[in-house]
Amino acid sequence: MTAQEVRTHAIDMNSFINNRSNSEELNEISIKVENLNLFYAGKQALRDINMDIPKKKVTAYIGPSGCGKSTLLRCINRMNDLVDNVTIEGKILLDNENIFDKSVNVAALRRRVGMVFQKPNPFPKTIFENVAYGLRIQGINDKRVLAETVENALRGAALWDEMKDRLNDNALGMSGGQQQRLVIARAIAIEPEVLLLDEPASALDPISTLKIEELINELKEKYTIVIVTHNMQQAARVSDYTAFMYLGDLIEMGTTSELFTNPRKKQTEDYITGRYG
Amino acid sequence: MDNSKIGHHISGQFDKELEEIRNKVLTMGGLVERQIELAVQAFTTGDMEMAELVIKQEHQVDALEVDIDLECTKILARRQPTAFDLRLVISAIRIIHEIERVGDKAERVAEMAIKLAGNGNKFPHYELEHMAELVKGMLHDALDAFARISIENVSAITERDTNVDREYDNILRQLITRMMEDPRNITRTLDVLWTVRALERIGDHACYICEHLVYMIKGEDVRHLTQQELEEKVKV
Repeated sequence: MTAQEVRTHAIDMNSFINNRSNSEELNEISIKVENLNLFYAGKQALRDINMDIPKKKVTAYIGPSGCGKSTLLRCINRMNDLVDNVTIEGKILLDNENIFDKSVNVAALRRRVGMVFQKPNPFPKTIFENVAYGLRIQGINDKRVLAETVENALRGAALWDEMKDRLNDNALGMSGGQQQRLVIARAIAIEPEVLLLDEPASALDPISTLKIEELINELKEKYTIVIVTHNMQQAARVSDYTAFMYLGDLIEMGTTSELFTNPRKKQTEDYITGRYG
Repeated sequence: MDNSKIGHHISGQFDKELEEIRNKVLTMGGLVERQIELAVQAFTTGDMEMAELVIKQEHQVDALEVDIDLECTKILARRQPTAFDLRLVISAIRIIHEIERVGDKAERVAEMAIKLAGNGNKFPHYELEHMAELVKGMLHDALDAFARISIENVSAITERDTNVDREYDNILRQLITRMMEDPRNITRTLDVLWTVRALERIGDHACYICEHLVYMIKGEDVRHLTQQELEEKVKV
């Protein structure tokens, strides 16, 4: 009898029976891509991309090599500005502001949109200084603020417990998975709105990969995350929305569970079931 | 029709594995169809040997079920299928469960055949045979649709269940009358009733197979819908 009571309380039978589901989430849009075309020296790499990226969700880009997924990701913090002969048409709106507008300060934009690459790229400095770097170049040198931010960022990147006694060690002595989480800590130390992850786990072993995936899941509470991955199963595991790209076109975008169980387009189906080519 | 849906993976081995699952499901289905036929024949003729054969075949059906289940689990673990491949594997697991249940029903009919054979089974079999033909046809067509990976005829198959239910009600009424006429008939009549009930359930399982097929091919879960709602879903 008591067991029954306990169980009933634990799973809240009443709300189940009365069909009181958790209130519908409102999906705010963080980034809006509008009619985006991109040319590398006249060769078109992105074709008329339109896409809404929801706030505080994980959006994954998948597609075969050369489909434009990394190019699109790099557009979001204007990394493509650094490449010669690139022409970009169209708009990317971050909180309703076109990031390609002449008035936009690119450095400020990149503070709002952090990025992590395939290979971890810590600076040859101490762990502490790696994470504090973004603050220092902003002119923040208050020891207390730095210590607090570094701790929070390392906690956010699930590194604090492992590294709290090694903060003054050189970051290059860490394992690949730890370095990658350090780089994520460095990115979140300056509290961006968006995190772009370009193949963040492809150079890592399976356990480190799972740690990064778990971290992504935690980070989406605070940040909008866009991830490019070659590993389809990874996209299926970590993302809320998935966009499939092919030869510069956005073929299909939808919720990850829908896209992986019942894609609408044949090209998507062929790719995710391993029939591409 | 669209057999190409299974093939054309970059991994030819994966094609083979999926094809193998499909073939085994069809083998299992064929076996069970044969079981129904023999069981009903044993029931109407009182042929005990035939009934024994049905009961023996049940082991083969069970073994196939376990085997296909294992294959499907392996594919899920090793291939992490997506989209149609995933739905094919999930549906195969569901469909073999239905087929296995149909096998149990056939075994039930065979058991009743044995029980009634030594008991002066004087019930006219015309309606029962007719009903058996109906449900066997439904199961056959459902498996045929699975073989062709087509949901063209699915709503036509499920619609036939109405006839089965009508026939079931008819027979039930007759059996009740018989029991009222002479209480000494009750035990025997009840055994006939279990048999008819088993046949009626086979029709239901054929309908469930159709529902799993719609999920497999269209990705839409159509369980627990009315016939009309199902027709709507299949049409689009």
